[in-house]
Amino acid sequence: MSVEISAPMPGSIVGILVKVGDEVKENDELITLEAMKMENPIFAPSDGMVKEIRVKEKDSVEAGQLLIVME
Amino acid sequence: MLLGLLETGFPLFYWGNALMIVIGLGFIYLAIAKKMEPLLLVPIGFGMILVNLPLGGMMDYEMTLKAPQAGIVMEVPMHEGDAFEKGGVIYKLDTGEVTAPVFGRVDSLKVSQGQSVEKGQPLASLITMEQTNQAEVPTHPVGLFSRIFKFGVMWQILPPLMFLCLGALTDFGPMLANPKTMLLGAAAQFGVYLAFFLALIVGFSMTEAASIGIIGGAEGPTTIYVTSLLAPHIIGATAVACYSYMALVPIILPPVIRLLTTKEERGIYMKPSLRKVSKLEKILFPLITTIVVILIVPSSAPLIGCFMVGNLFNECGVTERLNKTAQTTFIDIITIFLTLAIGASMPAQIFLQSRTLLILILGVISFASAAAAGVILAKIMNLFLKEKINPMIGAAGVSAVPMSARVVQVMGQKENKQNFLLMHAMGPNVAGAIGAAIAGGVFLGILG
Repeated sequence: MSVEISAPMPGSIVGILVKVGDEVKENDELITLEAMKMENPIFAPSDGMVKEIRVKEKDSVEAGQLLIVME
Repeated sequence: MLLGLLETGFPLFYWGNALMIVIGLGFIYLAIAKKMEPLLLVPIGFGMILVNLPLGGMMDYEMTLKAPQAGIVMEVPMHEGDAFEKGGVIYKLDTGEVTAPVFGRVDSLKVSQGQSVEKGQPLASLITMEQTNQAEVPTHPVGLFSRIFKFGVMWQILPPLMFLCLGALTDFGPMLANPKTMLLGAAAQFGVYLAFFLALIVGFSMTEAASIGIIGGAEGPTTIYVTSLLAPHIIGATAVACYSYMALVPIILPPVIRLLTTKEERGIYMKPSLRKVSKLEKILFPLITTIVVILIVPSSAPLIGCFMVGNLFNECGVTERLNKTAQTTFIDIITIFLTLAIGASMPAQIFLQSRTLLILILGVISFASAAAAGVILAKIMNLFLKEKINPMIGAAGVSAVPMSARVVQVMGQKENKQNFLLMHAMGPNVAGAIGAAIAGGVFLGILG
């Protein structure tokens, strides 16, 4: 089953800490999203494998925009 | 040799100046080494140093001492260049003493022993660094910073212009997406009124108490604006309290929040995707707010009007140049003038008084109780809401945009890593800024 992780708020991507194929544990940091001049870590909601990364560093994202698909 | 020494600042330099210079250096250290609010603390700290170097003249005001009654000059205890305390005797007439209404130093003496004087005759020209009530003790600025202070702060030009820039930097989207968070920003104004009454109880006047209470609004320009109109003699203390506590929000807020919430409440998850706010809503908001708020609280017009026109620059989409200038160059220029002037309003003779310490204590009470009121209202709202809100976002109602919202975000993620409260907390946060301006307007309407 795949899990979609989307941006919780508008901002820009300042760090991608995983790559496709990585195994991650629940609450591992996946992406750093800068919003309101603050770096916000986005964590894995569950254990799994990174299947797709839909953004790259310095991308501006909207709230709700898909960032990562996990399996 | 001795004559040469008299022309330097050393004879007038006392321990209070040294202490203020150490505090100013401390501000600059915090800014550089700890990155604490550097854009504010560097110029404020430097202004404090400058104004505590005697005879520098940066914050000097000149005033003419006039004879309160006719008489013959019996004794002149002061010489030109002498320093005196507030209430110090400048002349002794046969009909009574003529005392200084401010602290300062003698610039020139116009009459001498044995001379008879008429009521209202100028006796001496005095130099002071004190902000006075101009109706009682008229002064005119003769230093660089006193001119900036008089025409920028006392004429109420710089604080509203600062608000214009902040308006351009503010996104009311999160508040409009979830309008009930406006109530949390309003609740936080409780801190303003609590500190107001506490200040009255400990012996401050009505106008001083209002200026102290407004510290809890956590908006530098609002605090400076209200104090400059109501109690200019304590402006250094209220401004420093406000800006310091804004910088200390990450230290003040967490214990207040922890005290009033359980671990489960702090972990309450709020769905991230907020309603998308349309451009039309964002354009109508500053227009409608201006008209409604100013009709209800007319004295808030300079702050609310400037805040909203700045916001309209940001949202209307056709004033990009004005918006960009307000957000960058213009806010920097205003910041330089305002912060240097505020730093310079703190000569040791004014700042190092027991009442300054009281103002700082009341200020932190105002701040903490503002945050507490927001949290408590959020908990009350949760009794009625189907979809619970995380009560921590109430604490962001204290304003201090966006610092308090960030604190809530960090605390929220500590309890639940999937929780993103930042945008939810921005609602009460910006509502708090409006609330503080309105609270200031209410004080000015009643006491101004």
